[in-house]
Amino acid sequence: MTSTPLVVLENVNKHFGDLHVLRDIDMTVNSGEVVVVIGPSGSGKSTLCRTINRLETVDSGTISLDGQPLPAEGRGLAKLRSDVGMVFQSFNLFAHKTVLQNVTLGPMKVLKQTKAQAEARGMELLDRVQIGNQANKYPAQLSGGQQQRVAIARALAMNPKVLLFDEPTSALDPEMVQEVLDVMTDLANEGMTMVVVTHEMGFARRAANRVVFMADGQIVEENTPDEFFTTPRSERAKDFLSKILTH
Amino acid sequence: MEAFLSNIDRVVDGFSWTVRLTLLSAFFSFILGILLTAMRVSPVPLLRGLSTAYIEGIRSTPLTLVLLFCGLGLNSALGVSLADSVALDVFWWAVIGLSAYTSCFVSETLRSGINTIPLGQVEAARSLGLTFTQNLRLIVVPQALRTVVGPLGSVLIALTKNTTVASVAGLGVQEASREMKLMFDQGIAPVLPTFVGFAIGFLILTLPMGYFFGWLSKRVAVVR
Ligand SMILES: Nc1ncnc2c1ncn2[C@@H]1O[C@H](COP(=O)(O)OP(=O)(O)OP(=O)(O)O)[C@@H](O)[C@H]1O
Ligand SMILES: [Mg+2]
Repeated sequence: MTSTPLVVLENVNKHFGDLHVLRDIDMTVNSGEVVVVIGPSGSGKSTLCRTINRLETVDSGTISLDGQPLPAEGRGLAKLRSDVGMVFQSFNLFAHKTVLQNVTLGPMKVLKQTKAQAEARGMELLDRVQIGNQANKYPAQLSGGQQQRVAIARALAMNPKVLLFDEPTSALDPEMVQEVLDVMTDLANEGMTMVVVTHEMGFARRAANRVVFMADGQIVEENTPDEFFTTPRSERAKDFLSKILTH
Repeated sequence: MEAFLSNIDRVVDGFSWTVRLTLLSAFFSFILGILLTAMRVSPVPLLRGLSTAYIEGIRSTPLTLVLLFCGLGLNSALGVSLADSVALDVFWWAVIGLSAYTSCFVSETLRSGINTIPLGQVEAARSLGLTFTQNLRLIVVPQALRTVVGPLGSVLIALTKNTTVASVAGLGVQEASREMKLMFDQGIAPVLPTFVGFAIGFLILTLPMGYFFGWLSKRVAVVR
């Protein structure tokens, strides 16, 4: 694995009103690395993810992608966002567009690909997430697991440098969790750089290079998955793991 | 009834002006309504403020006042003229007044449609790198329009009936209800059948609109 820093957060702080949601966050994600972010509800995991493609602004500190600080707005920001793919808990597919149109919209409108190019690549990606035969259906006609796989294909179609996942399986019925995790594991094995907020420990152990544990807006602990899950160092992490392991 | 029917060409002529007023005002209020809505949801506070002020201001002003302002204020007092003949001049001022007024309701309707679109889709579009205007054009407006087809139909029906204010509000614009009043004044038509006749005329215009928009809203509904 190479160790070129791809996403670098330095001393990042973020408030929602009086609430200090991100406290002095320093984090580096290297190219090809898979980082799992874990932590109690309200600890700032989603906010962290969202600051990386600037769906949330930060109050202080810097975030850079591939050596470039995030642009504040305008075309530069749109370009940055197209380099950072995001997969949401609630899929967020465009309800008025077919599965294939969901996947080709970004490439056509942002990357200015032709329709033929975008559709060829779109079908390739849909086949890869095993949903090619549903290309002309609308999102509401698919199961949650299928919708989430479409959302992954939609993000991949932009050829992003890094993919962010915010609890991609939390909204799914249990029997659909695995099909989505399988797709994510394949991506990880192919060397995709990923930041994944999830409580799926099986996935973390199998696919992650590193686990980042957050609590109260801070990164409390970082370690390899094995070390983290078997011998957590901080009390917060021990406490948290005992809770999610027993339910 | 015969007296009414023998003047049917005047009735038809009156309604033809009603239709012209309605269609032109509908067109302009739709365009202006979309613009006001785009401003209202834009990230620029000044645009949001302007749009809100306009909508709140005009929406709480009676249509009669809006039309009087266009006709007496802008046209007569300030002498702004839009066409050579007086009839056409007041006609266009009525179109402007009706559009200015109706656009507020179009915009409020569109905004209620926008509010039904899950924020997540907008964020997903942003995260793909779509700009604010692309997001509006490709994701927000197409879906908002679909959910508001029915309510927009109601706005159009209200506009159709509101065109009658253009003649009573001092503008003297030619349209159906003015024709009716002229027929009364000239004593050429018995009151009751003429009233009923004109009322049926409006029914003939608005009923199909209602059914059409109802049908359309079912057809374009987005499955969620
Ligand atoms: N838009 C917002 N406005 C105000 N407060 C917010 C906003 N978004 C999040 N918060 C608050 O910030 C804190 C961190 O939220 P965040 O969503 O990042 O946590 P999380 O770790 O993702 O939690 P969860 O596991 O529940 O998803 C929470 O206390 C939340 O209530
Ligand atoms: Mg969250």
